[in-house]
Order: sequence, then C-alpha cells, then structure tokens
Amino acid sequence: MNINATLLAQTIMFALFVWFCMKFVWTPIIAALEERKKQIADGLADAERAKHDLELAAKRAAEILREAKEKSADILAGGEKRASEIIEAAKDQARTEGDRIITGAKAEIDQEVFRAKEQLRTQVSAIALAGASKILGREIDAKAHNDLLDKLVAEI
Amino acid sequence: MSSEALTSAEYIKHHLQNLTYGQLPAGYERHDVSGNVEALQQATWTIAHGAEEAKAMGFWALNLDTFIMSLLLGAVFMFMFHRVAKAASTGIPNGLQNFCEWALEFVDNSVRGSFSGKNNMVGPLALTVFFWIFSMNLMDLLPIDYVPLVMQALGVPYFKVVPSTDPNATFGMAIGVFLLVLYYSIKVKGLGGFAGELTLQPFGKWGMPVNLLLEGVNLIAKPISLALRLFGNMYAGEMIFILIALMGGSYLGLSATSATLFGSQILLSLGWAIFHILIITLQAFIFMTLTVVYLDMAHQEHH
Repeated sequence: MNINATLLAQTIMFALFVWFCMKFVWTPIIAALEERKKQIADGLADAERAKHDLELAAKRAAEILREAKEKSADILAGGEKRASEIIEAAKDQARTEGDRIITGAKAEIDQEVFRAKEQLRTQVSAIALAGASKILGREIDAKAHNDLLDKLVAEI
Repeated sequence: MSSEALTSAEYIKHHLQNLTYGQLPAGYERHDVSGNVEALQQATWTIAHGAEEAKAMGFWALNLDTFIMSLLLGAVFMFMFHRVAKAASTGIPNGLQNFCEWALEFVDNSVRGSFSGKNNMVGPLALTVFFWIFSMNLMDLLPIDYVPLVMQALGVPYFKVVPSTDPNATFGMAIGVFLLVLYYSIKVKGLGGFAGELTLQPFGKWGMPVNLLLEGVNLIAKPISLALRLFGNMYAGEMIFILIALMGGSYLGLSATSATLFGSQILLSLGWAIFHILIITLQAFIFMTLTVVYLDMAHQEHH
C-alpha cells in the first residue's frame, strides 16, 4: 500500500485514456448527437412549414372556390341577359318584318284596287258607250265623242 | 476466508497487499513461508511477498494488479465507447449506443453546468474520469475472496482487484488533474497572473508570505482531497467487506452460532453491497465534478 512507480504509470495511463477518449470517443459521438439534433430541428421546421403551406393552400382553395362561384353566377346572369336580348331582338325583327309584310300587302292591295278600279273604269266606259249607243240607237262616232267620254271616265 | 491456516490479521493483510513487482536490494533477507531466511546475493527483480518486501523495493516498483486491472477496465470502457463512436449515426440509436449517448449527454450536461470556460478537453476528461473510476470502484462488488482465490490457484500470491483502493491509482489520477490545473492556470492567466493569484490575495501585497501559505495550501489541497476522498471511501468499503467476510468465516464447528454468523455474513454483505452501489457511483461523480470545478477555477481570471 505504499506509493511507488505505479503512481507514474497511472498518471500516464490516465493521460492516454483521456487523449483516446477525446479523439476517438467524445468528438465523433458529440458530432453525431449534434447532427441528429439538427436533423430533428430541421424535421420539426419542415413540419411547421408544411402545416403553414397546408393552411395557405386551404385558404387559396377557398378563394378559388369563391371566385369560381362568382364567375359562374356572372356567366349565368350574362346568359340570361343575352337570352332576353336575343328574344327582344327577335321580337323587334318579327315586328319590323310583320310591318314590312303588312305594308307590302297594303301596297299590293292598293295596287289591286287601283287596277280593279282601272279595269272597272274601262269596263264602265265601255258599258256606258254600249248603253249610250243602244239608247241612241245609232253608232256614235267614237272618235268624235272620245273627248267627252274621257271626261266622263275621269269623273267616275 | 481464503485459507483455514490464516489468522484474522494475516487474512486482512493478505487482502490489503498489492501484487508488487520490483527490485529487492542485494543482501536483503527474504523470509519464505516455512520461516527460512535467505539473503539475496545480488539485487533481484521479483514479486514482493508481503508488505515488508514491497517496502524494501522502494519507489521503483509497480503494483501489477492495480496496473493491469485499471488498464483492463479503462480499455473495456474505451472499447465499448469507441465501438459506438465508430458506428455513431444520426438514425435511431440501438441499446448500447443509446446508453453511451445518454452517458455522454449526462457528463456533457454536468460539464456545461459547472464549467464556464471554453475547452474541448474538459468533456472527454470528465467522461474518462467518471467511467474509469466507476468501473474501478465497481470491482468492489465482486465477492471479496473469489479473485484472490482464483489467482492463488494460478500461482499469483496477491491480487487486489479494486484499483481505487490503491492510493497509487487515486493519486495518479489526482496528479494528472493537478497538472492540468497548473497548465491551464498558467495558460489562461499567464505566469505572472497565476503567481499573483497565489501571492497577492487575500491580504494584498504586504501579506505576501501569508498569502502564499494560504493559497499554496488551497492549491495543494485540491489533488490531495481528490485522491484521498476516493481512496478513503473505497478503502473503507473494502475493509468492511473484509471484516464481514472475516466474521462469517469464523467457523466454530457445526453449531447454531456458526449458522448465525454465516447467515449474517450473507445479509450484511448484501446490505453493504447494495449501499456500496450508491457509494461507488457517488465517488465517481464527485471526482468528476470536482475535476471540472477545479479546471473551471483554473480558467477563471478572478475568483
């Protein structure tokens, strides 16, 4: 139990163990621990970011949905408006067309009436001539009385 | 008890004797077992038989048991940690890696707690101190007679299996710590600063001799208290194991007394061993913490 050279041997051994521990044990393990700590921190940060992204995405989705609804409502309203416009336009067109047809028909009728009147007039003058000739019992000189007859016709 | 021919005193002495290898001077009279005296013709390198011979070998002798056991234990501990360190990955740690990482973080935390400077050496130092001392102390829990019995069967006369009950081991470590304290004191504060710290306080420059005495004692007390605290605790613990074993070994023939003594040895050894688990851990922890604290003091400019 006395002090001897073991003392020196133990001190040297101690120094060697500390050196070995520092070089081959402590440094690599601490490095691995630090690395893992960093990985975990990164993982947590990623998760946080992903959560944030999810929130943003949900917000964006809601927004898009809202926009789509608005747009569809717009389109619907536009469609209705357009339909009523088309109907109005069709009505107008029909009306003008109808008017045109009516005026055309009226003109034709007028023309027809005029023609009938002309015909009637000529017929009446012929009838009048025939009647008059009959009444007078003799041939009237058509040439001599044409002026008179034309006057008569214009009066009818 | 290892041999029925031994008296109690011899038994205790046998247990407290290191396996010392050294040189006996010429003319030294060796007493062998049968009482013959043989004077050595010339200086001889040999293993000491008993305390007197170990003493006669002087300083240049080696306690083989302390040396081998501490080397072995330190190597086992280093091997275990080194294996983990080589395979250290950032993935999910398995059993041994988990333990080593936990141990390392525990040491790292206590270093961070009491060491304010910045020095990459303190962490590994603390880890080595803790686990080396812990494993050396742990040998105290081996049944006290088994290792010496096995060794005796192998022809080795003495074998103290607990290196920390040898003051050489504890002082060896304490001196290592002390050298580091001196080194860092001088490195951080400079030679003048360190000398000033030793001589200029607490009484100012007119009280220089008194200051030097006080601070010198303060400084020297660090390694001595480190070494003696560990040695004392482990030595006392070992002693109590020896005494318990001695009591149980007092075989008085086949009687109720013998049975009682034998039974109480088992109970007392068990109780003391369980209590000792606390002591060996605590002593390792104290040594580690004080080492860190002393180094912290060495790193501080003023205290």
